[in-house]
Amino acid sequence: MANLSSSFLGIKSPNPFWLASAPPTDKKLNVLGAFEAGWGGVVWKTLGSQVKNVSSRYSAVNYGNKRIMGFNNIELISDRPLDVNLREIRECIREFPDRAMVVSLMADNDRESWHNLIDQTEQTGAHGIELNFGCPHGMTERGMGASVGQDPEIARMVVEWVMEKATIPVITKLTPNVHSVVPAARAVVEAGTNGLSLINTIQSITGVDLETFDVRPNVGGQSAYGGYCGPAVKPIALKMLHSLSKNPVFKNIPISGIGGISTWQDAAEFLLLGASNLQVCTAAMKHGFRIIDDFNSGLSNWMDEKGLKKIDDVVGLSVKKVTDWEKLDLNFHIVANIDQDKCIHCGLCYIACEDASHQSIQIEKGMPYNTYTIKEPECVGCNLCKLVCPVDNCITMVEQRVAPEYLNWPEFQRRGMKLNDH
Amino acid sequence: MAIKNKRLSAEELQKNFSDVHPPFDTLDGALVEANRCLFCYDAPCTKLCPTSIDVPMFIKQIATENIKGSAATIFDSNILGAGCSRVCPVEKLCEGACVYNLMHEQPIQIARLQRYATEQAIQKKWKLFERAKNGKLVGKQVAIVGAGPAGLACAHALAREGVSVTIYEKESKGGGLMTYGVAAYKVTPQFCADEVKYILSIGGITIKYNMALGCDITLLQLQQEYEAVFCAFGVGVARALNIPGENLKGVVDAISFIYGLRTKNFEKIAVGENVIVIGLGMTAIDAATQSKRLGAKNVTIVYRRTESEKPCTQEELDLARLDGCNIVYLAAPKEIIGTSKVRKMIFEKMELGEPDAKGRRAPIGTGQTFTLPTDMVIKAAGQMPFEELINGMALTNDQGKVKINADGSTNLKGVFAGGDIVNGGREVVDAVQAGKVGAAGIIAYLESIS
Repeated sequence: MANLSSSFLGIKSPNPFWLASAPPTDKKLNVLGAFEAGWGGVVWKTLGSQVKNVSSRYSAVNYGNKRIMGFNNIELISDRPLDVNLREIRECIREFPDRAMVVSLMADNDRESWHNLIDQTEQTGAHGIELNFGCPHGMTERGMGASVGQDPEIARMVVEWVMEKATIPVITKLTPNVHSVVPAARAVVEAGTNGLSLINTIQSITGVDLETFDVRPNVGGQSAYGGYCGPAVKPIALKMLHSLSKNPVFKNIPISGIGGISTWQDAAEFLLLGASNLQVCTAAMKHGFRIIDDFNSGLSNWMDEKGLKKIDDVVGLSVKKVTDWEKLDLNFHIVANIDQDKCIHCGLCYIACEDASHQSIQIEKGMPYNTYTIKEPECVGCNLCKLVCPVDNCITMVEQRVAPEYLNWPEFQRRGMKLNDH
Repeated sequence: MAIKNKRLSAEELQKNFSDVHPPFDTLDGALVEANRCLFCYDAPCTKLCPTSIDVPMFIKQIATENIKGSAATIFDSNILGAGCSRVCPVEKLCEGACVYNLMHEQPIQIARLQRYATEQAIQKKWKLFERAKNGKLVGKQVAIVGAGPAGLACAHALAREGVSVTIYEKESKGGGLMTYGVAAYKVTPQFCADEVKYILSIGGITIKYNMALGCDITLLQLQQEYEAVFCAFGVGVARALNIPGENLKGVVDAISFIYGLRTKNFEKIAVGENVIVIGLGMTAIDAATQSKRLGAKNVTIVYRRTESEKPCTQEELDLARLDGCNIVYLAAPKEIIGTSKVRKMIFEKMELGEPDAKGRRAPIGTGQTFTLPTDMVIKAAGQMPFEELINGMALTNDQGKVKINADGSTNLKGVFAGGDIVNGGREVVDAVQAGKVGAAGIIAYLESIS
């Protein structure tokens, strides 16, 4: 059995799965339930200045039969009294001393407020602090949340205040509502943050009710930009994670990965692209805390099959597999192959190839089943047919190198080679 | 042993004759199924539908909750799409061709989805088609004989072009086989009435009921009064067994038996205690299962060949078995015994010989016989065309089956034909397609003469 135990910035937890700062971590009852279910840790929902929430607060994007492919909220930071939160944090730590207790903070924009909040938090015995520089709604109008994360200089200043005071590890949570997360990340690293986490939610409108024309989520006929999360944002999160993990500036900065982690496979992908800890929210909100069992066993079984003994063995293994486009090998070429024994004759590969410009699939009409075969000389190896095919491994891509040597775009140009000659 | 009615209580009858294939109760149920559909290109299901309904498209439209669009897609190809969703042998048509079968997965429930969309269209009276208001066919007069699926489909297609259609129907209700000839647990009289009404709602179609060709009107009259005629009066006479005792009391034909079931209260239908059904087509199954559902103790279906030659579908056969009907293969009717009424029936054991013209292996008598006790014999050994009537009208035919050209035209100028009258009796969906072909032929003809 692979060892799933995690030590992130020295904060120990029996597995790398923490519940992200959100409704499931905003009070003792939930957090104890999560710990009982087996979660490795929690990031307690953001403490800070007093707020009041609206209803409704959530909306979702459904696709086909899948509900909540994307999820959106206009909820604010914790709306419970600070002293109650602090007391409950202390009680949770006492009941589950082996679990990670990190507290998310968002103070008013001055040094004293931050110092006070950190002081009060540390007195609970919490193991770490996460700075909420990402909340994209409500708090931004007051110059907090994403408006801090979007301005590297303000972010740097706040982290400097924090590091003056904090004696426990500090994680800075970044907003994806920027063209690149790198400048803000660099600023907070330079200011001394111990670790990073990303991504927070993405500003969004999930949809419009076609019955009433109201925009979701509907608050008495009006709406506001919400924070987008859930499975739909995973690709964006992975890209942002990679943009940090490939960068030598962040070489020694541990990253907690967040953004649509819904299965153990998602978790493994975040680890492979450089996260050494994982935070989950939407999946738990959708299915409850019980999914942790599958996360743990799935990840552990996969690690066993791959001969990976501990979490650190997985971290970053795929980082180098992403490069700049121009460094890709132009002599690498694949063509599609259809396994006629597996083909169910649905024609999806044919029409996709036909309408998406390559016309590389031959159709031979039959009654009622047509036969589809690849016209190899025409196939550009784009993968579309394989992607749309509903049968696993029916369409495979077969390597047919153009030439044995590696050839990239700058070299291609240098040699003056002619275009469209794969 | 006797033939009698009220073998079961009204409640039991109600239960026995309720829907065999219940519809989706909720949108969610339909959505789950619709979302399974792969949206095949050049879809096998569409290819095996005689009316070529764009099945993937109508299912996609259900998946996006565009139910009105879905119903329009179905009705555009098959105006009896609602009825067909209940009576089509889908396991050998669309659903049988579904690519999921090749993945060894359950095929998409195409019929049930089709029913979901079309039922709403009928219930909510969606107006999905309009008559052409101008064009050279507006005001043209066409007569149709028979308000069954072929006649109705032809009438609707003509009405869309602005043609004025008069249908002559010998029964008092439209729908033909749908209304009078299929098992009552598939469609209700109310459903059939609603369906006919919905088809007629396009306007420009008049049905003259209780008007039988050869009695109340003649083809010659119609030829004189209308610019074109479409003959779609189907088949109707049950094939005789031509054995001794066929005229005994207690011997009925399946068509009249089902006709009775469809036109009268179930409590009024008399059924024997030991019923023998001759034949293994869809009608034989309908007669057997309904006898059982009316309270017959033993129902035995006797068929001349083996199960592999059966004309009914596997699903229908399973239905009969689930209803507790016995099936005896390789036995041909030889004699029905009784004094005033049926007592027993003698069969000859058969064996399979060489394949016949259709490639089916023909049964050959062995000379050995056996006897089954019975008080009711239902003949379902096929139907005969109205041969005399057709000969009388000088329509070129083959033993009563009218010969037509590819465009549905007959040997008589301006007279078209289609459906069971041509093919000798096939599925409702085949009749609908024949109606469409006939309409297209008539439209081309009317354009050519005007």
